[in-house]
Amino acid sequence: MTRGNAVGRPGRGHDDATCPILHVDMDAFYASVELRLRPELRGRPVIVGGSGSRGVVLSATYEARAHGVRSAMPMLRARRLCPAAEVIPPDFNTYVQVSRGVMEIFRSMTPLVEPLSLDEAFLDVRGARRLLGRPAQIGELIRARVQDEQSITCSVGVAPSKFVAKLASSRCKPDGLLVVPRDEVIGFLHPLPVSALWGVGERTEEHLARLGLRTVGDLAGVPVATLQRALGPAVGAHLSDLAWGRDPRRVTPSEPDKSIGSEETFPHDVDDPEHIHRELLRLSERTAARLREQGYVGRTVSVKVRFADFTTLTRARTLREPTDVGQAVYSAARALFDGLNLQRARLRLVGVRMEGLIPGSRQPHQLMLGERDSGWREAEQAVDRASRRFGPGAVRPATLVRVPRPD
Amino acid sequence: MRFRVERNEFTDAVSWTARTLPQRPTGQLQVLSGLMLGTTDDGVRLSAFDYEVAAEATVPAAMADTGSALVPGRLLAEITRALPAAPIDVEADANRLVLTCGSTRFTLPLLPVEDYPDLPAMPDEVGRIEGAAFAAAVSQVVVAAGRDETLPVLTAVRIEIAGERLILAATDRYRLAVREMPWRPLEAAASAAALIPSRTLNETAKALGAAGAEVVIALGGGFAGESLAGFAGGARRTTTRLVEGQFPDYRRLLPASCPLEAFIDGATLAEAVKRVRLVAAGTSPVRMQLSAGEVVLEAGSQQEAQAREALPIDYDGPDLTVAFNHGYLLDGLSAVESDMVRVGFASADDPQESARKPVILQGKVGDGAETDYRYLLMPVRLPE
Repeated sequence: MTRGNAVGRPGRGHDDATCPILHVDMDAFYASVELRLRPELRGRPVIVGGSGSRGVVLSATYEARAHGVRSAMPMLRARRLCPAAEVIPPDFNTYVQVSRGVMEIFRSMTPLVEPLSLDEAFLDVRGARRLLGRPAQIGELIRARVQDEQSITCSVGVAPSKFVAKLASSRCKPDGLLVVPRDEVIGFLHPLPVSALWGVGERTEEHLARLGLRTVGDLAGVPVATLQRALGPAVGAHLSDLAWGRDPRRVTPSEPDKSIGSEETFPHDVDDPEHIHRELLRLSERTAARLREQGYVGRTVSVKVRFADFTTLTRARTLREPTDVGQAVYSAARALFDGLNLQRARLRLVGVRMEGLIPGSRQPHQLMLGERDSGWREAEQAVDRASRRFGPGAVRPATLVRVPRPD
Repeated sequence: MRFRVERNEFTDAVSWTARTLPQRPTGQLQVLSGLMLGTTDDGVRLSAFDYEVAAEATVPAAMADTGSALVPGRLLAEITRALPAAPIDVEADANRLVLTCGSTRFTLPLLPVEDYPDLPAMPDEVGRIEGAAFAAAVSQVVVAAGRDETLPVLTAVRIEIAGERLILAATDRYRLAVREMPWRPLEAAASAAALIPSRTLNETAKALGAAGAEVVIALGGGFAGESLAGFAGGARRTTTRLVEGQFPDYRRLLPASCPLEAFIDGATLAEAVKRVRLVAAGTSPVRMQLSAGEVVLEAGSQQEAQAREALPIDYDGPDLTVAFNHGYLLDGLSAVESDMVRVGFASADDPQESARKPVILQGKVGDGAETDYRYLLMPVRLPE
């Protein structure tokens, strides 16, 4: 095994030819992106997330994690654990931009890139060997380019299969690279706790603990038939395969960003339909602006509402033609919301999302009788220009002017 | 109740009224799944009601005993369609209805007659029109009616009565169809307007037109003060609630003049559109490039399949490219009554203007004569 930042450099006689799968994971992605703009915070605990009473931690630097701060933790708890932390509100547009830059780096290495989220992806580099070198060298190349071009660090796991590669990247974080060649997979896996395996959650872990199985090695020692009796045929076979390092899943390249959306958790539950309409308008405008910025139009509008008791509903409608116009998104979103007939139910969150994205903002547009030559689209493009010059929100619909902007 | 009826007449009447039965009657509305049979002086009256629309048909019958019965409507419709060609004997007591046709016998349970709501009465007659002509006119305008239930006003056909002219109009905001025709109002100065649900109007007009009778048009109010329209012809009649709301001021949209015109054989153009649209995915438009004497139809894109077809056209304006939703274009071409279609553009010398302003399709008529039907269609704006 080779640990990029600690245990020697890769490519020195290690057999990495048998491990063409890379898992690349940005380190503390949102927080790292924020630190680019505020280098004075480097070395200090920094948390990205909503700062309101109901905000949650989206990302935290390793300095904050040292205090016990974790993703998805309520912000109040995180602040108690780490009162010195700097809390920064998220700026998704920037994260999306950085993510696109990073994914472009990946795609310049191999077409076989399978993004898992904004900040991680699987790569199959077996076809890039002659051009770029061995998998571990490609991993280092990626790390160097990400650092160079995006000023953030990432960790790379190199292994024969997806799940081992993912485990490897998590074992060398932050800013590391770990190669697990085929003949070392068993030695790498077996000391790990069973919870490290993909598909083992809390319940399965408890179940396995009752059987006395705590490490992957314990699991590997049990005949598959026994595991299947204990856990069911599918789960038993799956865990047995993983314990022996067998994961046949291929890297399937997929287009990132098949939907673009925006949602808002209210500081307090809201039941006033007018307030919710205003929020839908704001989210629709934001979603449409992001579509325009990224050069997409979307066909399907979906609306999500989460009630005070956390029940969540989504409703979607396909438009007659794809759009990137906030007013068109809003009118569909509003109709969907009104169609729910909520009778002033108390809402915790609303969201607007555009799906069925296709590139190219200029689409044929069915004109409407009496429609003016320059319509909403032109108005919104003017808003985009103003926002680029004067900052987001410089121009917005009148109904949104008095709404306090969320932090 | 006991009567004998002719098989085909009865089947037709049952099928027609059964179309008004609610699709999914639930709870209290369960009783509306019933078809009401009742004896009258003219024969047996069949009625169905879904609280919006009521349909009634009367069939001549040899009456042995008067009375009424409420029977499961869809089941009765299926049964009558399957019956052999023989006179039908129907007999109902308090609990069941027995239907005998030749050697076939059906026994049906009854629904409680006393729970069935009163049907709205036929409103006051405003005038009359020949049934086949009315059905044809309605079919010409319903093509432009909206189907989006969130905009109920646009799912209606507007019927306007202006003395001896009857004007039908429908629009879904992308196209507008208007048909004017003479009719016979009860009062020469009659003036009224009503929004009729387009689906009901189309089905009713078709059924009444097929019967070949004169159609009585009636407007007025129901029991609860709701606005109603009624259509009656022969032994059938329908009443329907009106759609409420403000219909768009469509006259404003009709161009006062047509500075640039082209004439083309409608059926030939429609055939060509049907061919090239095979490569137009979804709502992707069909493009028309007009130049002197020729129109070239194109659909598809460079990355995908493409189609092209050239047709002769009577046109001598500037080169002009205009794009349409192919479905909307075909609707208009099929609705224009004459073989030769007149296509009117907004500007004689500015092709850009013509490509983004409404285009009007009309039948070709002689100089000075007024055309009865106009189909106004908004083009699709192509990306630059």
